[in-house]
Amino acid sequence: MIVPVEHVVILALIIFSIGILGVLLRRNAIIIFMSIELMLNAVNLCLIGFSRYYNNVDGQVFVFLVMTLAAAEVSVGLAIIISLYRNRQTVNIDEINLMKN
Amino acid sequence: MSLAILFYITAVITVACALFVVLNRNPVYSAVTLVLCFFSLAMLYLLLEAYFLAVLEIIVYAGAIMVLFLFVIMLLNVGKETALPVIKKIGNFISIFLVLIFSISITTILVINHTGLHQSTDNSEIGDVETIGYALFTKYLLPFEIASLLLLVALIGTVYLAKKRTT
Repeated sequence: MIVPVEHVVILALIIFSIGILGVLLRRNAIIIFMSIELMLNAVNLCLIGFSRYYNNVDGQVFVFLVMTLAAAEVSVGLAIIISLYRNRQTVNIDEINLMKN
Repeated sequence: MSLAILFYITAVITVACALFVVLNRNPVYSAVTLVLCFFSLAMLYLLLEAYFLAVLEIIVYAGAIMVLFLFVIMLLNVGKETALPVIKKIGNFISIFLVLIFSISITTILVINHTGLHQSTDNSEIGDVETIGYALFTKYLLPFEIASLLLLVALIGTVYLAKKRTT
């Protein structure tokens, strides 16, 4: 490996934390989805780093499956956002409190 | 050694792009920067010798998923947010604090306790299409089939959710 595996994991951790920050801070539903993509990619990076470290192909197969899941998740999530916008004319999650009471 | 320097430069670019995605007010800028972030992640995958997944990252993420994002942003006509996302309410401080605690604690665990890891001395190629395809169609055949089922369910769900209610 060209760099120690700890550095790869710490980089993945930083990207994952930025993703968590996006989910917690932002009010725009689309940006929250982008942050979730960032978190999934951080996990992918971690898996590839360890796959290289142990010289084992299993981690890369997992990354393949995570990419499939991300594609499915994004299509369903964006469809939900579109139908939400059609009903409420907003994507701000502060104004969407239909199930609150 | 030069490859390691390239890795760190790409890592800095990736983190900067991720920060820009989260902290920017305009969703279109965020989406375009996220494409750049995926490209630099693909570069990192290349440097870790996962060639097939690097290409897949560009095709699936930067190609398909981000086009979907931009399409939805265009369709919904989402404007800029009025307020800056950071530092408006007390809850934001709490969330930043919690994320800092989370990252510091996990970094500490990583730095202190890594005696259980033993690097493999085997240096065979594992990142090419042949080995991943072989693993997918022998050892991981059932998850592969279930993934196709997942895609079918997502397809049906998307069509059902996004179609106009006529009743």
